[in-house]
Amino acid sequence: MATGTARIAGFSRRTWLGLFTITFAVLAWWLLTSVTGWVSPARFPTPIEVQVALQQITTEGYGNGLLHQHILHSLKLVLMGFTVAVLVGVPLGLLMGYSRKAESLINPAFLLLRPIPPLAWIPLAIVWLGLGDAAKILVIFVAAFVPSVINSYTGVRNIDTPVMEAAQMLGIKGSKLVFDVLIPGAFPMIFTGLRLSLQASWTTLVAAELIGALYGLGSILNQGAQDIYPAMILVAMVFVGICGAVTTAILGHVENRAMPWRRERAAA
Amino acid sequence: MKSTSWIQGKPVLSLIGLLTFFGIWYFAAIARLIPPQFLPMPHEVVIKLIDLMKTPFAGHVLHEHMLSSLSRFGMGFLLAACIGVPLGLLMGWFGWLDDIVSPLFDALRFIAPVAWVPFAALWFGTGIGGPTLIIFAGAFPPCLINAYRGAKGVEIRYVEAASMLGVGSFRTITEVLFPAAVPSIIAGLRIGAGLGWMSLVGAELIASSSGMGYLIVKGQSSIATDIVMAGMLAIGFVGVLIDVALRKIESRLLAHRR
Repeated sequence: MATGTARIAGFSRRTWLGLFTITFAVLAWWLLTSVTGWVSPARFPTPIEVQVALQQITTEGYGNGLLHQHILHSLKLVLMGFTVAVLVGVPLGLLMGYSRKAESLINPAFLLLRPIPPLAWIPLAIVWLGLGDAAKILVIFVAAFVPSVINSYTGVRNIDTPVMEAAQMLGIKGSKLVFDVLIPGAFPMIFTGLRLSLQASWTTLVAAELIGALYGLGSILNQGAQDIYPAMILVAMVFVGICGAVTTAILGHVENRAMPWRRERAAA
Repeated sequence: MKSTSWIQGKPVLSLIGLLTFFGIWYFAAIARLIPPQFLPMPHEVVIKLIDLMKTPFAGHVLHEHMLSSLSRFGMGFLLAACIGVPLGLLMGWFGWLDDIVSPLFDALRFIAPVAWVPFAALWFGTGIGGPTLIIFAGAFPPCLINAYRGAKGVEIRYVEAASMLGVGSFRTITEVLFPAAVPSIIAGLRIGAGLGWMSLVGAELIASSSGMGYLIVKGQSSIATDIVMAGMLAIGFVGVLIDVALRKIESRLLAHRR
């Protein structure tokens, strides 16, 4: 039924319904907490409490810093762990996809470590590196590494055999092979891997900061939980979501830029 | 499966790879590049794992921790599947429901499951309710999305045939959409189980008093690297078992399709 072609004031039907639903949800939240008091403020904050909490963290600060300092700190750690994981993981995946020998050599050890959820690395990282930034970057690296490798690997394996045979016949080797055959061929899968890596990075960062950190969005969550301050917990959760969504959107933008031939399909 | 192709591939190289991995580990431990307190030798980790089954650590022996983790996981995962799959199918059939749920779902999607830990603890405590909510938060999105995609991907002629025969919405969903969406739903369940198991570990690390995550976090605070590593090994093992079980169910259910 909903084709999304009917447009009112420039927005599609879907956008209007979305806005309507979100407005309705906020209204229901206000009714349940502030007006009727059916939901106790000790369990879920009222809209006004959230506004106060937001004001407090942006002007006075909460948990060792102002909101933007926490956000920048978390963002920095995610970007560092993610970048290193991608720079190591994608080439490794490409290599394993291209060379059966490399695959046989590396895959067993990789398969051994792969089932361990990234969050389970947090205690080990803390034992090794303490509660500072290094431990967080390590666990983010572990979390982002696995999807980068697997998807680049699968991407190379899914390149059409005639393409690989043609490359082989033409004697393409070295960097030309990597940049003109493997990377373009595996591109869509590489980006799928990057998206998964980014998501995993945020999840691990939040968990690591919840367990022990001085700064960061996860540390606000932790402080809010200790102070039993539901409004601040909600503020931190909202910003965790916003950061995840914004970084994912940026990655999607880069993907579209890098692969103009896919833009139409993505929009359709 | 591609990921296991090394078995048929070059077993000698695979063996060399594994030996190198453990060789480096042993070398680093024996040469004291890293103090033994921080890097136990591989066999010591296995011995510790067996030891944990007999002598209690953090209040329980290993299989009791595992059982409490698994019961939380079972509850959270069942809840996610029982709500996510039907809701996904309904959204695939009723456009208005899709329009209402999708914006809310999209707004919540980017919040990492572990970010729910403080609220989960506040609402349901740290016993079984809180962690269950976290597993639910981890496993629910893939269950819903895959059921929805499966329902949307049904060949339109089947739906048309059903409507021509005068079949109502309820029976169309249960007898046309659901069977056609089964492969996609099971794929969603497998992804959900993986994410749920990971979220459970996260929840237990932060707020819990039993379970595998609690075991390794206690190992961490007493700087017992061997316990942490043994716990990680056990967590990975259970994760594989869960996936193998779901794969068995998958091949059972899909057997008649081939």
